Amino acid sequence: MRVIVNGEPRELPDGASVAEAVAGVTASAGVAVAVNDEVVRRSAWDATTLNEADRLEVLTAVQGG
Amino acid sequence: MEDVERGEDVERVADTDRLVIAGEELGSRLIMGTGGAPSMQVLREALTASGTELTTVAMRRVDPSARGSVLDVLTGCGIRVLPNTAGCFTAGEAVLTAKLAREALGTNWVKLEVIADEHTLLPDPIELVEAAEQLVDDGFVVLPYTNDDPVLARRLEQIGCAAVMPLGSPIGSGLGIRNPHNIELIVERAGVPVILDAGLGTASDAALAMELGCDAVLLATAVTRAQSPARMAAAMRHAVEAGRLARLAGRIPKRHYAQASSPFEGLATSG
Repeated sequence: MRVIVNGEPRELPDGASVAEAVAGVTASAGVAVAVNDEVVRRSAWDATTLNEADRLEVLTAVQGG
Repeated sequence: MEDVERGEDVERVADTDRLVIAGEELGSRLIMGTGGAPSMQVLREALTASGTELTTVAMRRVDPSARGSVLDVLTGCGIRVLPNTAGCFTAGEAVLTAKLAREALGTNWVKLEVIADEHTLLPDPIELVEAAEQLVDDGFVVLPYTNDDPVLARRLEQIGCAAVMPLGSPIGSGLGIRNPHNIELIVERAGVPVILDAGLGTASDAALAMELGCDAVLLATAVTRAQSPARMAAAMRHAVEAGRLARLAGRIPKRHYAQASSPFEGLATSG
């Protein structure tokens, strides 16, 4: 299954969860995820499975403002 | 205010005169941004010198190669984090970014920024109001970065924003406060804190903002891109305190002609 994580295509096993996708890009705390423009609470990362072509945004705080 | 006139109490006024946003007290009227600092060490020194208790961060895609965390710096300094929606051009982008920030950082406070174009970075008032309405309805404490427009500031307050943050001049320009009259008009009519945000270049700009009646200032570039960020941060801290005390003290009216401060009676005569 191919999903888009922060604009880059990634191959994940069918039925992979949001938690697995996030683990592929960061292990840090202070991270939030949106799937197809909807925020997925951290408590729901394990239980939320992804589908082909889902778009994930994985964001954190950086210097700014 | 009579206490202020007794010398021993003047410093105490600065200790007890707290900024209150959405019911929460802050011990400093200087809110800092973190953009532009050349290193985390320089940022830490500047934030410490500023005395700030509230500081903005931006939300961006995680970068596995990033070294150092701005969150670690803020946590280490005991400073509360204020996520912003910098870089958003539409209400939809800003609302999503605010929700991601709430999830990532565990705060429902947001500096709402919806810009019109990259050239001026000026706020887009239509998108700003739309985003503010959605976020207030969703329970956010919304601090909107806005134009120095008294009407727009009023509308943002009516929507339920916890403060209004008019710009002095474009972000990062260092041009200071280009329309002090509009800032005064905003202050006169506001029922929520007014925070001068953007465009300040040096300490006298921050003092002027406070003398005009602003409740706080928010600045980043003036400090982080100064030749000595920590020194400029300390200068800003003093300027904000001085401007606030001057505002509370009540300045003398401006006059067209001189007014002697020495008596004319009893002068020696010659010839």
